[in-house]
Amino acid sequence: MSRFHFTQTDVQRLESQAQQLRRDIVSMIYAAKAGHPGGSLSAVEMITALYFHVMNIDPSNPDWLERDRFVLSKGHACPALYAALARRGYFDPALLNTLRQYKSILQGHPDMNKVPGLDMSTGSLGNGLSIGLGMALSAKLHRQNYTTYVMLGDGEIQEGMVWEAAMAANHHDLKNLIAIVDCNGVQINGWTNDIMTLEPIADKWKAFGWAVVEVNGHNMKDVLTALHTAGTMRKPTVILMRTVKGKGVSFMEDESKWHGAAPSEEELVKALSEINMGGVV
Amino acid sequence: MALATRMAFGHELIEIAKTREDFVVCNADTKTCGLEKFGEYFPGREFSFGIAEQNLVGGAAGLAACGNKVFIATFAVFASMRACEQVRTFVCYPNLNVTVIGTHAGLQVGGDGATHAAIEDVAIMRSFPNMTVVQPADAVAARAIAHAAVDFKGPLYVRLHRNPVADIYDPETYHFEWGKANTVADYGSDMTMIVSGILLKKALDAAAILKDQGVGVRVLDMVTIKPLDKEAVIKAAKDTGAIMTIEDHTIFGGLGSAVAEVVVQNCPVPMEIVGIQDRFGESGDPELLYRDHGMDVDSIVKKTKALVGKRLCKLKMK
Repeated sequence: MSRFHFTQTDVQRLESQAQQLRRDIVSMIYAAKAGHPGGSLSAVEMITALYFHVMNIDPSNPDWLERDRFVLSKGHACPALYAALARRGYFDPALLNTLRQYKSILQGHPDMNKVPGLDMSTGSLGNGLSIGLGMALSAKLHRQNYTTYVMLGDGEIQEGMVWEAAMAANHHDLKNLIAIVDCNGVQINGWTNDIMTLEPIADKWKAFGWAVVEVNGHNMKDVLTALHTAGTMRKPTVILMRTVKGKGVSFMEDESKWHGAAPSEEELVKALSEINMGGVV
Repeated sequence: MALATRMAFGHELIEIAKTREDFVVCNADTKTCGLEKFGEYFPGREFSFGIAEQNLVGGAAGLAACGNKVFIATFAVFASMRACEQVRTFVCYPNLNVTVIGTHAGLQVGGDGATHAAIEDVAIMRSFPNMTVVQPADAVAARAIAHAAVDFKGPLYVRLHRNPVADIYDPETYHFEWGKANTVADYGSDMTMIVSGILLKKALDAAAILKDQGVGVRVLDMVTIKPLDKEAVIKAAKDTGAIMTIEDHTIFGGLGSAVAEVVVQNCPVPMEIVGIQDRFGESGDPELLYRDHGMDVDSIVKKTKALVGKRLCKLKMK
């Protein structure tokens, strides 16, 4: 059965998994007393869909050459990725509370040589799509069928290098490369469009030769459908997912101050309570 | 024979590719070392990135993260500065198997001038953890390094020059070993010249003149700048009591600094760092530029005599 096929049961399972990742994210950032909750929480449904349904991966063989690749170009959202890898079985979830600690495998930004299942070290914005481009070229070179997914922040696409990579993906006809832009509309100092106008985002990607799929990034069914659609395109495809920064925790939503801040104990309790009660929109 | 180190390296890599399929080449749109034609000879094994060096290095890192050995070729100025962070964070930090070929190094670039002459690339590249830095003195060494680079694992920077230089080494007897200096001349124990790159020829010419004038120096070719052959440096300091470094690079942060770091911490002796002064390159005949910066044979001879004088002065004080 295609990895893109899904049932209502799958959707419910994945929604429940997404809430687990949200609990992990706020808990580990609380434990670390630092981190980036906003952009981690906005990426949760997509990361869940990829790691718990769509991606062709094997946690018992993290270095499997033909696995699908995921590059978290917005590396500061690593709490979401660490939670997914741990819950998927790549390492003990008890390690999540060592985030950012001395000698922890869970660096403040991801290190591929420390974390099992992590495909690339990232953290400096604007670089991940080029890395993904290289991975997609490698698949073509060796006639391997894997897909490379790269998740970028919307603020991140202000970096010029993203567009060098976008141009090259079209030039090399990389149908096996899927970019995902987490359009939560907020960057560290405020709304993205106050800091540097991004719109029309879709037209920019189209002009660079990409297929564009737009989706509500917090609707699991739509996210799964978007990934399916992206996988059938005959050219490099970008999924623009409209999201809410800090999604699932009311006081973090749409607030740039939660781009990079840890909750207090009281805030953690409130956040966990809201996540436990909350469904997805 | 006279051939540019960049062309010797590139052509040899093409020769090696005829029997080795286990590496690929990524190019920005520059004429660097003959590898622009790699894709014509080996279709599918070369990737064009256009005039976009950051994406070139990022793409190479992605290829390497999937287990490929990757060679990227561009001008040393762009490799070390335009794509500086990509080399640091996405090649060196994850310790990936990418060889960065930086061509058009130093003042030897000549006419293109300051924008295109990399005078600070060694300082930059050698500061990155996991990075190895090598620089051949002639085409013979460049070919040997091409072979070694194919089998090398990890981040590697190969610094190459634009214009032809006369062969120094005999291809029958030359042997390249990672991290080992070669003693190229030994006329006595008055001083040691430690050289990296194409200025080795000038050092040898100066050493021959000095020998005729009664000053006996040794000449070491420090082909690997990082990791530095510390033993050879300490031995030079102990045996000859003075060291002159010579390189086509700024006097800040390059071979001279690398040698000085070892000397001051192990066996302090008088040193002279011959290289590009604290100013940018400019257009002109490279030989005139070298003279202007005190890097020509006459200057090396004069500076050697002054340094040997300092050494004697120090010996008397003891």
